[in-house]
Amino acid sequence: MLRVVSGVSLVAERGQVTALLGANGAGKTTTIECAQGLQKRTGGSIILLGQDPDTAGAALRARVGVMLQDGGLPPSARPIPLLRHIAGMYQDPWPVDELVARLGIDAFSRTSVRRLSGGQKQRLALAAALVGRPEVLFLDEPSAGLDPQSRQLVFELIAELRDRGMAIILTTHLMDDAQRLADYVYIIDAGRNVAEGTVAQLLRHELAAAGAQHIRTLHFEAEPGLDLAGVLPADVEIRETRAGSYSATGALTPADLAAVTAWWADRGIMPASMSLAARSLEDVFLDISGREIR
Amino acid sequence: MSSVPATAGTPLGSGPAPLLRRILLQGKYETVTMIRNGEQLILAIILPLLALVGLTVTPLLDGLGSSRVNIAVPGILALCAMSTAFTGQGIATGFDRRYGVLRFLSTTPLGRAGLILGKVLAVLAVLLLQVLVVSAVALPLGWRPSVPGLLPGFLLLVLGAAAFTALGLLVAGTVRPEATLAITNLLWILLGALGGIVIPAERLPALAQAIVHFLPSGALGQALRDAFLHGSVNLAAVFVLLLWTAIAGAAATRWFKWN
Repeated sequence: MLRVVSGVSLVAERGQVTALLGANGAGKTTTIECAQGLQKRTGGSIILLGQDPDTAGAALRARVGVMLQDGGLPPSARPIPLLRHIAGMYQDPWPVDELVARLGIDAFSRTSVRRLSGGQKQRLALAAALVGRPEVLFLDEPSAGLDPQSRQLVFELIAELRDRGMAIILTTHLMDDAQRLADYVYIIDAGRNVAEGTVAQLLRHELAAAGAQHIRTLHFEAEPGLDLAGVLPADVEIRETRAGSYSATGALTPADLAAVTAWWADRGIMPASMSLAARSLEDVFLDISGREIR
Repeated sequence: MSSVPATAGTPLGSGPAPLLRRILLQGKYETVTMIRNGEQLILAIILPLLALVGLTVTPLLDGLGSSRVNIAVPGILALCAMSTAFTGQGIATGFDRRYGVLRFLSTTPLGRAGLILGKVLAVLAVLLLQVLVVSAVALPLGWRPSVPGLLPGFLLLVLGAAAFTALGLLVAGTVRPEATLAITNLLWILLGALGGIVIPAERLPALAQAIVHFLPSGALGQALRDAFLHGSVNLAAVFVLLLWTAIAGAAATRWFKWN
């Protein structure tokens, strides 16, 4: 038996955005497809609105909205007739005109699905998932193919629906999505969840694990081949990531920054750029699930 | 960007529409999609009409019954069932599967069963349209079906559509859509020419004669000819059609892959 996912355990609450964060192939889609009843699981248990999705009927499906990664929309269909058709499957759907205006679908309402851009398709697929006014919404990679404007539009709507009490479960491999949208994050790796928490908790947890309060990364660009050995404490990791581009990560103190700038001053080095950043969710993610390409 | 939508105050959660309405809606949607598709229309309407005209102007069927058109029409109706239920519906379902349409719709209140029933309804609706068009052409050409054979004839046509629908779903649900396209089109031509559907078994090569009675095409063609020409029910052919429906239906249920 092929075990793609074993050891994923998660809870999604109403009024929250729950993100499943992981690299491609980590098991995110398999996990939520089991929760949607699209894939039969061979073990474990899933409770969706108090029911088992594998044996659920139309009443449960009406309360759950699904946006698939590949869209699942017929290529020859036009957006508005398609949405009206899907709306007809519900007793009390979201008025199609309103949804169309809200997601900017009226701008391409005459175009068939196969001719839509990636972002337009994603917006239409989101509308199709929402037209039944679901209590639970599954979004598989919702920001794939979205241009910045569409992304803003979609993210605002997701946040608003969350505030209205919808339980939203999304998968993403984009840290930025999780950081911007998620109330609670599960990091999935090789079919298991390896870490969980709010974004703040995940970041704090990593800081605590490092035994320091101010893990920062200092980036600067200057001439290639500089040897910074001895300028900063030994536990600060210094790398020249590419020629002339340096990063120093660790529990940096104000004194460390002064030491670096004094070192530059001694040698007459004027960096082309410099920046200081706290750790991002991406750093946490890479530390947990490894940096190798799978 | 509008800030607050008009539905901001409405509670979340909607019940499903009633079962019958969901199935009828899906049936209507699939019917319109089928009729709007140019290739499907050629397969479903134009080619059967061309075959009908061809069989009435050539002496191919002479000597087999009261008139050329009377022998030709039952076979043409059987061909219509094969076009719509097997080839047309099979190809459409294969590509719906490829594009994830089946998976998406199965997450809506429609569900998998509703989706299949909607497809069956669409097949029946298009078949009705085909019967009307073929009749409108055949009656002026002198088609005079046996009156007592009409009801059994049309019921057998529906049974034949059921057998071909099950076969179409079996192919569409188990191989890639490109392969479905090739297989269903090829079988349409092979069975149409040599499967005993429009050309009765006695006019086929000896090798074909031995097997056509066991094929869904030969069984449906013969059953319809017996009904519309003589007003009789060919029980052996009915049995063959029932068997194909049951076996293909069970196989499709067992092996149909939704993604």
